Amino acid sequence: MSERTASGVHITSLRTLVVVWIALLIGTWLTVTATYFDFGSLNLWIGLAIATGKALLVALYFMHMRWDRPFNAFVFLTAFAFLALFIGLALMDSAHYQDVVIPGYAPALQQ
Amino acid sequence: MASPAHTGGPHLAHHFANLDQQYQSAKLGMWVFLATEVLFFGGLFCAYVVYRANHPEVFLYAHQFLDKRLGALNTAVLICSSFTIAWAVRAAQLKQVRLLILLLSLTFLLASGFLGVKYIEYRQKWEHGLLWARRYHPEVHLVQEGPGHDVEVPGAAPPGPGAQAAQEAPVTPAADGDADRSRIADAASGPVGLAEPMPASGEHRVVAEPHNAQVFFSIYFLMTGLHGIHVLVGMGLMVWLIALAWRGAFAGGNFTRVDMFGLYWHLVDLIWIYLFLLLYLVH
Amino acid sequence: MAVSTPVLPLTDRAAPAGATYLNAERGLRSWLFTLDHKRIGVMYLVVILASFLAGGIFALLVRTELLTPGPTIMGPDTYNKMFTLHGTVMIFLFIIPGIPATLGNFVLPLMLGAKDVALPRLNLASFWIWVTGATVAISAIVLGGVDTGWTFYTPYSTTTNTAVIPMTLGAFILGFSSIFTGLNFIVTIHKMRPEGMTWMRMPLFLWGIYATAIIQVLATPVLGITLLLLVAERVLGVGIFDPALGGDPVLYQHFFWFYSHPAVYIMILPAMAIMSEVIAVFSGKRIFGYRFIAASSIAIAILSFLVWGHHMFVSGQSSLANLVFSALTFAVAIPSAVKVFNWVATMYKGSVRLLTPMLYALSFLFLFTIGGLTGLFLGALATDVHLTDTYFVVAHFHYVMFGGTVIAFLAGLHYWWPKMFGRMYSERWGRVGALLIFVGFNLTFFTQFVMGSHGMPRRYFNYLPRFEGLHQASTVGSYVLGLGFMVVAAYLLHSLFRGAPAPANPWGSATLEWETSSPPPPHNFDEEFDASDPYDIESLEYDPAGGGYRRHDPSAIRLRPAGAP
Repeated sequence: MSERTASGVHITSLRTLVVVWIALLIGTWLTVTATYFDFGSLNLWIGLAIATGKALLVALYFMHMRWDRPFNAFVFLTAFAFLALFIGLALMDSAHYQDVVIPGYAPALQQ
Repeated sequence: MASPAHTGGPHLAHHFANLDQQYQSAKLGMWVFLATEVLFFGGLFCAYVVYRANHPEVFLYAHQFLDKRLGALNTAVLICSSFTIAWAVRAAQLKQVRLLILLLSLTFLLASGFLGVKYIEYRQKWEHGLLWARRYHPEVHLVQEGPGHDVEVPGAAPPGPGAQAAQEAPVTPAADGDADRSRIADAASGPVGLAEPMPASGEHRVVAEPHNAQVFFSIYFLMTGLHGIHVLVGMGLMVWLIALAWRGAFAGGNFTRVDMFGLYWHLVDLIWIYLFLLLYLVH
Repeated sequence: MAVSTPVLPLTDRAAPAGATYLNAERGLRSWLFTLDHKRIGVMYLVVILASFLAGGIFALLVRTELLTPGPTIMGPDTYNKMFTLHGTVMIFLFIIPGIPATLGNFVLPLMLGAKDVALPRLNLASFWIWVTGATVAISAIVLGGVDTGWTFYTPYSTTTNTAVIPMTLGAFILGFSSIFTGLNFIVTIHKMRPEGMTWMRMPLFLWGIYATAIIQVLATPVLGITLLLLVAERVLGVGIFDPALGGDPVLYQHFFWFYSHPAVYIMILPAMAIMSEVIAVFSGKRIFGYRFIAASSIAIAILSFLVWGHHMFVSGQSSLANLVFSALTFAVAIPSAVKVFNWVATMYKGSVRLLTPMLYALSFLFLFTIGGLTGLFLGALATDVHLTDTYFVVAHFHYVMFGGTVIAFLAGLHYWWPKMFGRMYSERWGRVGALLIFVGFNLTFFTQFVMGSHGMPRRYFNYLPRFEGLHQASTVGSYVLGLGFMVVAAYLLHSLFRGAPAPANPWGSATLEWETSSPPPPHNFDEEFDASDPYDIESLEYDPAGGGYRRHDPSAIRLRPAGAP
């Protein structure tokens, strides 16, 4: 029994907003706390997982994606898919030409 | 054409068949715009990923000059502002105009707070000479207080062994020099990899600055700078919305503009969530 | 420009009284602040064709200089600026906005039976953003020009002493115009199709515009950040792309080409979209392979994002990336080929009328096929190493961009001209123009394939004497081209004042824009449409009394008056 506007648009309940808000603040605390522990190579991925969890909360609840047409979410996710493509291929290429890069080359900088 | 000061409820533009089509069109349009913003910022994230993957030592070193506490504070500020704007959309939907104005104003204040903290951080960087490439003149360096724990201390980093010999005389790009042609410096034959950390005065070891540490700060200023511009634009839009609300534009339940702004603002928050992680919390 | 006599549509309905979109409101302000997509399309047409003229003049200057080795009419630094300005003006001001902003804006809502695009104010904003961006970019010309080539490769672009900043800022602003146009079209096609017009009953022109819009929205922001970074590099010295400051110039090229390769599909997809309409109508037949053409448009849009590294084979890109991008490049040719086969199959056993739009469409088939096939030579690593940065590349992209997009633009312009302005142009002069352009184009650019494969480098002011003959032939060709365009401009402009009044449906097309008068009234239609088969061409019959076509069975598209249940 969700509230709706006269034209039928879903209105997020205040309770939901507050719960998500608190969850986000806890998530932030969690992110910072995690940096005081060393999980080795997992450090970055743990941080990204928490950040993505927060991002999902913002997107689904604050940005209303949970109750919106799925196509809007599809549009948003498509952007990330193409971004991943861009970063992925650029990263693959740059990793493979590092052997011809002169280390520390920056002659225009005054040291 | 919807008139901005129309107070009697949502106005149906002549080319739409019904209000739902109009609202859903605005919504889809906004999500498409957010997709473009993801790709716009995404370029900077790409630069970040490429440089960090290929030069992790630069990021491990340089991020320590950022204040995690201020970063976390800013994250909390933006999260609170996301909360207030989401509530503001709800208020607009329920025609609670005074609450709407209050929440928009709160969001504005939180955004100002964010920029205020950013100003403090930028000011610190300026004073310490920790700016982007061409203006990178660090007045601080790191000493190792314990395993994995470095502390920032004033004073420029002492040069590592061989560092002097490695540096060419600086070459000015043609933009401020020779008017006729651009010149590219001859290849340097510098040292390979990090300079060895050398013991400084006292018991603490100076952490040697890796080559091209300035890249981190270039990326830092580009990413947070572009994000800050988006915050500023958002603040301008909030002033506009507050003015509209004051004139009664939302009294009739026409909440679309607040809703669309909210989506934009949440994206600004989303981007910061990742910026905070990737710039401040490298380890 | 006043069309004072409204044209009677050749249908069962009573003629609409008086006003067309051209004369309903008068005065400069009614145009500059209009929300009418048709007026916006016409304004775009004016400024975009003006840009084409400017870019063409730069081209003629380049070609004239190349009549002889060494200086002919200018020195080497000026030459670098000429080809850079030719490229930047043609690409950012003309061809990228090109078909979508002009014909797309005008035709899209009409084809949907709609009154306007979904976001008319955004549409007007797009136009004014274009004007702003173009002004900033053009200011680079008076501020000393740019000599980096339209690709702005670092580190030269970050260090050269020319007006790089206004040009890149201008292109940055123009990018937003492109993004907003694409955004508008996506929303319009998703939300404003009439009932009964499912995705698979949409005209193929809309599929092409839609696929283009997807690329505009996803790729252009990356160009935006790239140009912004370039400006930051020059002004602040951020050192992301400049190796002198610790940056990576190959990364610049990744950034640049991630947009600029999909950009070429922004250029060609609308052209292909026009082809689907023109070839079907002028073959008097239903389009062959509708689903394949529709699907290939989307396939091209997606695949276009996977191949950008083929511009970077000799840039310092790793061998692994070279391999991957070369392989993917062969894939992207397939959907384009699918389209060409379907168009040819449409013509087979059709009743082909060789009117001006069709002459251009046939030219497109021939020229685009050559251009596309030569792209495969360049996509293969072994041959690309020899052909890269030669005139072979220049010829390839002119065959696809000019022989493809510009020719298709001319086809579309001639096809929709009667609808836009209510006038018929001279068919005889149309043929003259098409012939001059076809001959001039091939003379200009086929010679460049030969030169390039013999080693003539691109962007070179000077050249070996053995290339002189070919260069001179190419330059003569460019003058013939110029003459051809002057002929086209002359008879089109003449038609605005003296052309025969156009019927509602002069060509016999079954898409919805022909169901209203030529030119349309400001609100487009007096009825709402429930459903239509956009390729039910054979059901239309010619009415000799008015010189146009009418539906044999008007109830086939189930009209009802606007507002009726």
